[in-house]
Amino acid sequence: MADRPWIFRTYSGHSNARASNALYRQNLSKGQTGLSIAFDLPTQTGYDADHPLAAGEVGKVGVPIGSIADMEQLFEGIPLDRMNTSMTINATAAWLLALYVAVAERHGVKRGELQGTTQNDIVKEYLSRGTYVFPPRPSLDLTRQTIEWTVEQVPKWNPINVCSYHLQEVGATPVQEVAFALANAMAVLDSVRVPREKLGPVLGRISFFCNAGIRFIEEICKMRAFTRMWERIGLERYGVTDENQRRFRYGVQVNSLGLTEAQPENNVPRIALEALGVTLSRDARCRALQLPAWNEALGLPRPWDQQWSLRIQQILAYETDILEYDDIFAGSTVIEKKTAEIEAAAWAEIARIEEQGGAIAAVESGYMKRALVEANARRVAQIESGERVVVGVNRFEQGEPSPLLQGASSILSVDESAGREQIERLRAHRASRSKSEVETALRGLRDALAAGANVMEPSVRCAHAGVTTGEWSDALRAVFGEYRAPTGVDGAAAPRSDARQLAELRARVDAVSGKLGRRLKLLVGKPGLDGHSSGAEQIAIFARDAGLEVVYQGIRMTTDEIVTAALQEGVHLIGLSILSGSHLALAPEIARRSRVPVIVGGIIPEEDAAKLRAEGVAAVYTPRDYDVLRILREMVEIAAAAHGVA
Amino acid sequence: MASPDADVAALVRGVRAGEAAAIADALARVEDTRPESLAQTRLLVGQLEAETPRAHAVVGLTGPPGAGKSTLAGVLIAGWLAQGQGVGMVAVDPTSRRSGGALLGDRARLRFRPEERVFVRSMAARDQLGGLAPATRAAVVVLRAAFEWVVVETVGVGQSEIDVETVAETVVLVLQPGSGDTLQFMKAGILEIPDVLVVHKWDLGAQATRTRADLEAWLRLTTLESGTWRPPVIGASSQTHEGVAEVARAISNHREHLSHGELDVRRARARSAWALELFTRSYGTFGLERAGGSKAAEDIIAATPGSALDAFSALARRAGFSA
Repeated sequence: MADRPWIFRTYSGHSNARASNALYRQNLSKGQTGLSIAFDLPTQTGYDADHPLAAGEVGKVGVPIGSIADMEQLFEGIPLDRMNTSMTINATAAWLLALYVAVAERHGVKRGELQGTTQNDIVKEYLSRGTYVFPPRPSLDLTRQTIEWTVEQVPKWNPINVCSYHLQEVGATPVQEVAFALANAMAVLDSVRVPREKLGPVLGRISFFCNAGIRFIEEICKMRAFTRMWERIGLERYGVTDENQRRFRYGVQVNSLGLTEAQPENNVPRIALEALGVTLSRDARCRALQLPAWNEALGLPRPWDQQWSLRIQQILAYETDILEYDDIFAGSTVIEKKTAEIEAAAWAEIARIEEQGGAIAAVESGYMKRALVEANARRVAQIESGERVVVGVNRFEQGEPSPLLQGASSILSVDESAGREQIERLRAHRASRSKSEVETALRGLRDALAAGANVMEPSVRCAHAGVTTGEWSDALRAVFGEYRAPTGVDGAAAPRSDARQLAELRARVDAVSGKLGRRLKLLVGKPGLDGHSSGAEQIAIFARDAGLEVVYQGIRMTTDEIVTAALQEGVHLIGLSILSGSHLALAPEIARRSRVPVIVGGIIPEEDAAKLRAEGVAAVYTPRDYDVLRILREMVEIAAAAHGVA
Repeated sequence: MASPDADVAALVRGVRAGEAAAIADALARVEDTRPESLAQTRLLVGQLEAETPRAHAVVGLTGPPGAGKSTLAGVLIAGWLAQGQGVGMVAVDPTSRRSGGALLGDRARLRFRPEERVFVRSMAARDQLGGLAPATRAAVVVLRAAFEWVVVETVGVGQSEIDVETVAETVVLVLQPGSGDTLQFMKAGILEIPDVLVVHKWDLGAQATRTRADLEAWLRLTTLESGTWRPPVIGASSQTHEGVAEVARAISNHREHLSHGELDVRRARARSAWALELFTRSYGTFGLERAGGSKAAEDIIAATPGSALDAFSALARRAGFSA
């Protein structure tokens, strides 16, 4: 019998609830079969739109949800009882789930009818995505509470989507992806306190969110290894005998890390091939798939760009014959051998993590983060040396100009007024709600926190009362505290770079330092709420390897903190990394207030790069600039010239 | 253009007023290792020392990597700030031998609001053994002129952590439960006995209690002269903040103890160590022989008025170098 097609989704959301609602309805009318909500960074990190840290970030990478008013507007005209909604939300997952349930209740939809997923996977936030708020242990406990609550109250909901996706995005090897994700899932399951007979249903609601890269044969084997290992863990560690509950269920977004800014049309075949890795093998086929757009390395995709990716899925599912066959790899000794190899290495890595006390301990100690930073440094060095071929980037660079980049802008630009409008909307909402209801609801939440009771019902009451995202999060911050994760760069081993080029660069750094009278010093800063730190981490360790002194404080710094740190540390140069699209709001201010040159790296359209340079930024680097040594050489010269020792 | 002297005087005023820009400029100057910059640095250091209130204290935090020195420093600093006192900090990190580069990561564990009276400078140890960076001593002079408290956090490499004794007036050793190596070095007399011992990560429970008991037992057996300071052993957690106030109190108590005469001894020791360090870095052991050996050098340093840099110059002249 032919297999059913997987769920087609597109990760989307921007500007505000109204614009995102229009986009979702449009996408559903094109044959998309589920929703994948992207939230903006203030919503993901628990700040209201008018908080200082939210400056420049509102509505940028997703939709801002400040209260139930926004959530109602987001799902206006969308039947929640028939929708499968995936929400990419983690630190504040309990809150967004509460808002979703409250909206359903207002629509008269029963909790038991709701279907979907809250990502709710905090471990990978510390390792890659960076939108954590609270320390690991209380965060894990919050995850536990949502699981225990949904299994009773919203039984068709997947309370957690354990992610390996983001690990690959920061350079994880297939073995690391499998091992870290499974160790993470075990940490979550170990924490759940339900009667033994409920463990099966809980296990049956744990889903995974994986990545698929361009080496798609290896990816097929990785997914098969995942599937087998999870079934074994279900049986041996948790004693679940029901095969259905033990099945490895997963959704996928294919790899964005390998998408290039140079010759961006090449990304279309890349995306299609990556999709094969998770659809070709029936035994390890994904349940839901979302594909990035061809122009992601350039900026935010437009609806047409997202439609192109949806069409890739539809062609694969409806035009080709892949759904018609049983598993075409069954019996393949080649696939079996590779799968067994990944499995064995992943079990060994899991054993190492268990020895350290499990996934949470390995996050706190920085073990996992350091391993990922090192793996990514190896990947970057391989691209630099040409050992890993990237067509159009380090091989076959010459080509015809792309007609896709001709004419008007080839990306979506978010209306800069979206942030202001959202703040006005939030203030109007605050003014319209009943103060006493808000106070009562928040008191209920605080009481639950103080008593260590489940926060979900009090959160649903807060949602109905009109509590804001910032208020809910502050109540939790007051009890759990805030957290700064290990940066992973201290003590990370440097990769092998081209020895001659490196030696030349070091000699130049020595010469410049000699003329300055002290060693050339660099501040690597990540302003704003964006937690994607690999770019910053790679610059930091390569710069150290080139002989610079490097100050790196990790993610989520305010512009004030960066300016202050640069002054106190006496650095000669500031390097900023901004991937959230808020570069225009953040970088010029830092450049204006600092005594030293500022360079910026990120996903920055050329038009914006020109603006940044006009506003005093010394240089702008984008994904097109993959050669780290070249970037560093230029940075050294920028610093030398600015300090009169060129 | 202002004369160099007026320029230095303005800088000293700025530093004393706690102006961040002035402190940054002063630090950039004292970190400058070019020989032609020495005269300027000497002038600056001399004037800063002359203007610094005697009560301004220097606290050294030492201990093995991973013991949580930066985190504990952050909690202690927050306490001083809450009492209205300003804090300067020098955090030293190791340098890669291969590249000469360094990742200065301590700042990531220290987070203060930009408007607070705190100034943190990270430094790389470069080729210097002993746990400090070449410019640490001079940076301490700058920061002490500006703030009531200066914290020096060392590299944290165990056995070679010897120099903190010669820059800090109060040395706090931070251990984590089960820091066996450091204990062995101390018991063997390789490391000096610190002024305050902290068993950090006290929230870890039984293992922490055992480590404290072990330290206390050993200290009881160690003969100390009567009337001398008995180093307290304190369990503290930067997570729960348990014991942190006690650590701050122990540091204050030690300051009080020092004020009965020992402070001058420690400061003279710091001055002498700095002058000698500069001298041997410039002229090596050969130079030291020309100055008549280390005992003679120390006598010359003690007999020279002014700062450590003045003493260094006097010593260099005595040895026949033109410094």
